[in-house]
Amino acid sequence: MSMKTEALQAAHGAEEQPLHHQFEELPQQNESYVVGMWVFLVTEIMFFGGMFLAYVLYRWRYSEAWFEAHTKLDIPLGTTNTVVLLTSSLTMALAVHFAQLRNKRLQLAMLGATIGLACVFLVIKAFEWSAKFQHGLVPGPNFTWEGLVPAPQAQLFYSLYFGMTGLHALHVIIGIVVIGVLALLTALDHPLVKNDFIPTELVGLYWHFVDIVGIFLFPLFYLIPK
Amino acid sequence: MKIDHSHAHPISMYLKTFFALLVLMVLTVVMAFVHVGPEGNSVLNNLIAMAIAVTKAVLVVLFFMHVKFSTQLTKFWAILGFLWFLLMFIMFADYTTRPREYIRGWEPAAEDPNAPAALPQPPAR
Repeated sequence: MSMKTEALQAAHGAEEQPLHHQFEELPQQNESYVVGMWVFLVTEIMFFGGMFLAYVLYRWRYSEAWFEAHTKLDIPLGTTNTVVLLTSSLTMALAVHFAQLRNKRLQLAMLGATIGLACVFLVIKAFEWSAKFQHGLVPGPNFTWEGLVPAPQAQLFYSLYFGMTGLHALHVIIGIVVIGVLALLTALDHPLVKNDFIPTELVGLYWHFVDIVGIFLFPLFYLIPK
Repeated sequence: MKIDHSHAHPISMYLKTFFALLVLMVLTVVMAFVHVGPEGNSVLNNLIAMAIAVTKAVLVVLFFMHVKFSTQLTKFWAILGFLWFLLMFIMFADYTTRPREYIRGWEPAAEDPNAPAALPQPPAR
């Protein structure tokens, strides 16, 4: 630990970050936690990766259907949701920042803002999806398509749209639960999170990963060039 | 190499990253409506859209996820995941090197001059 940090902690009367018995020293402990989270994120990339591969394959094969089917998506709502997601990533990064500074009040405020923005994201997504249900664009026996391209190809586009944005939305829901639990533990000064910013950092890594998936889904579904 | 993880970064770093992400997002929306390259060919537009998305992802990974300031082992795992994602597209070798077999009902329209002959239909029952 640097002199500066020690001086900072002494000035605030803060305690040392807890060192758990299986680790030699704090840098090793912190690195282990962060690498462990990245290993999980690699499995997440593999999880989403298969769907991205399917998307690229069928878009390559049915590019005309992809263009025509995508015109029924709502670009303003999709753009709004991208901004909401990017902003929630900022508030999450700031929550980690204030956890590092041991500013519990602002850390909780930022975690709350992240949960709030995540809920806004889901509400907008729900509006988008309900419009698709009303217009008969949900894959299945009620799928109705009156376009120049064959209906099965348009249905394939909407299968991937619901599959991928649905899986993404599921990750947002899990994120809300995880951030909520973290905020609760932080508010209660639970030993698991007390004087330790790493749990917040790990939840942040997960949340930024969800943001990255959103960054790719937005141009792939809403902004298909002719 | 030991890195002091408890060292916080200035808030301005997060705000600059966020601002850059917003600018790139506006750029990707604009570029979706501006056609680039030869008529009837959207390859350049797609490349631009993906280049912007990759740039945004790199910004998030480096600054929001602190990979720029992390240990070598963390960087290794972070790179590994995205490298695997790119390697997965080797599967396209299979689709591009074999003749395409259409599923019944999915054949291209008859007026398409490049369309291969449709598969023989089974007799009606």
